[in-house]
Amino acid sequence: MSFVDTLDLPDEVGHHLMHMGFVPDARVVVIRRAPAGDPTVYAVDGFEIALRRETAQSIKVRPVEEGS
Amino acid sequence: MSNCCSTETLEIPIEPRTPGKIRTVALVGPPNSGKSTLFNRLTGLRQKVANYPGVTVEQHVGKLSGIGRSDLMLIDLPGIYSLDSYSEDARVAVDVLHGRMPGTPEPDAVLLVLDSLHLNRQLMLAASILSLHLPTLILLNMSDLMETRGGEVDTLVLAQELGAPVAKISASRGTGLDAIAHFLDRKSEPDVPRNTGRLELPVVGNARSYRQWATGISTRTKYKAPLSSEWTRKLDRLLLHRIFGPFLFLAVVITVFQVVFSIGQPLSDGFGDLLNSAGDKIGTFLGHGWIESLLIDGVWKGVASVLVFLPQILLLFLFIGILEDSGYLARAALIADRVMRSIGLNGKAFIPLLSAYACAVPAIMATRTIENKRDRFATILVAPFMTCSARLPIYLLMIAAFVPNKPIIGDFFGMRAAVMLSLYLLGFLAALATARLLKSSILKTSSAPFILELPQYRLPTLRSLSLRVFDRGKVFLKQAGTIILSVTVVLWILSHVPFHSSLPESVIGRIGHWIEPVIRPLGFNWKIGIGLLSSIAAREVIVGTLGTLYGADPATHSLGLQAALRHDLTLGGAMALVVFFAFAMQCTSTLAIVRRETNSWKWPALQFAYMSALAYVAALATNLLITHLFL
Repeated sequence: MSFVDTLDLPDEVGHHLMHMGFVPDARVVVIRRAPAGDPTVYAVDGFEIALRRETAQSIKVRPVEEGS
Repeated sequence: MSNCCSTETLEIPIEPRTPGKIRTVALVGPPNSGKSTLFNRLTGLRQKVANYPGVTVEQHVGKLSGIGRSDLMLIDLPGIYSLDSYSEDARVAVDVLHGRMPGTPEPDAVLLVLDSLHLNRQLMLAASILSLHLPTLILLNMSDLMETRGGEVDTLVLAQELGAPVAKISASRGTGLDAIAHFLDRKSEPDVPRNTGRLELPVVGNARSYRQWATGISTRTKYKAPLSSEWTRKLDRLLLHRIFGPFLFLAVVITVFQVVFSIGQPLSDGFGDLLNSAGDKIGTFLGHGWIESLLIDGVWKGVASVLVFLPQILLLFLFIGILEDSGYLARAALIADRVMRSIGLNGKAFIPLLSAYACAVPAIMATRTIENKRDRFATILVAPFMTCSARLPIYLLMIAAFVPNKPIIGDFFGMRAAVMLSLYLLGFLAALATARLLKSSILKTSSAPFILELPQYRLPTLRSLSLRVFDRGKVFLKQAGTIILSVTVVLWILSHVPFHSSLPESVIGRIGHWIEPVIRPLGFNWKIGIGLLSSIAAREVIVGTLGTLYGADPATHSLGLQAALRHDLTLGGAMALVVFFAFAMQCTSTLAIVRRETNSWKWPALQFAYMSALAYVAALATNLLITHLFL
């Protein structure tokens, strides 16, 4: 589990992802990987969204700190 | 095409709008919010489907007869996450809501559908819709599910926060829809003030600000998100399992094809026989003469050649509908993505391309689920390379006539099966190569990434499935029907002018002779030339034309036709002909649908030219190769 930090993507794409729930401070959980290993399914904001590795890499996250 | 509903046409009001009076209502909502289900509930079968001018976004318009307000028109806007013009869909939505869409009246009120299971995120769209200051009713859909799963929300506070009425509904059960009628009745009276600007809305265009606004509202309305469906996670654990997932995927695919071919094919055949005998019966009433010939041999047979595919096409639409409505389509895209991206497409292209093995028409119409326009167009352009069932008659005829049935691996796999399989492979490889070519040139991927939302599994309802099949079937008949009709009439005239001439002496016969020098290198003679010309309407027509030319009825004298072909063509020419059919775009229905889906003649023209050129070169290579190998 981790929190979204910044989106290192072109404005339009970043915007779209933010509207799909990938906003800064949103909690992201990896649910599972596709049988072929990629894309990966993430749970964000109660939704399940699959992203390819190349896109996911541009979303910087920070881990959930102990006790928080 | 006549059907039960074409009598009721939808009129777009032309008289000037009086303030406060409602004529047109827009239905807005994010994808997967149940918006289409609600639209179907509210309008029933009385809906009109078309493309918005200049774009490839589909417009559904209907009368609000579901709640007894047939005087009002409901416009279904594309499913969008926000009004920021990230996508063509969002631009269309903005234009319609501002009354800037040509041919679409400006909406006087908005019905905003939000999925109450995920209100947090869905509220972000509410911000941009409310900033338009149109009378808006917020519909919390799937509220029955929300409540049974322990979710809650204070609708009164929500209405105060949003400055708009809020109603809990269930589109799939049809509950709570009275609120819509109430809202529209109230708003129809003059002097009802529109939302004033007192509302506190987030900074337009700033997703983070939208998000904070939405979170604030969720907190103040004491929104408690329901527990997510255990079902979906459990099913995904199995259906997306590393080993079972792909197996079950394969099982689904095989089942679909088994049903389409084992039920669809006989249905199509039976339907075809029915149409032909009906044509003959009508023919005897009309007597003999050129009118009878034009109506029966031209119009009726031409239209029948398209209609015979209807059972298969509808069956495919049904399956695609079940896959989509149940939520499995997204999972299939997830499983197939890795393979599809290697050819430059994404996972969502898989099911459409697979459907193209039966018929390219439903396949091309199913590409609407691919959001990225370039990916979608690439998929549309390669789909007709897949070996559709209309190619089978000519493949079977030529293989039976020219390929000896020598066993290769035991009795199960012989020469004939090998040739057939090679033809399937050939189409597949052509699609692959073309996809790569397109994606590295004119349809190079933009920066848009592949984002796939996995909706919760739902049981598809009979109501929405039948509406979908009916709606898609109607589009197919309208689009393909009109063009096929004109093409078959033109082809009939060309093959009957001058009057009382036989086929070889007619205009089309002369063109056949005339193009012979062009097609001779492929090993084709003028008869094949006429066959190729006549099959521009539909691929399977060539078998009938060759039957006429060789003076044999293909249905009863198939062996006679085979013998005549063997006598007239070399092995090289025969194989060149099937290779030609593997690549060539001999299908007017597909061209008509491609034009509709891409909203321009440019793409079908390009597709036709490219596929014909490829077919010519490949057939030439085949003829040369076989001639030199066997001599």
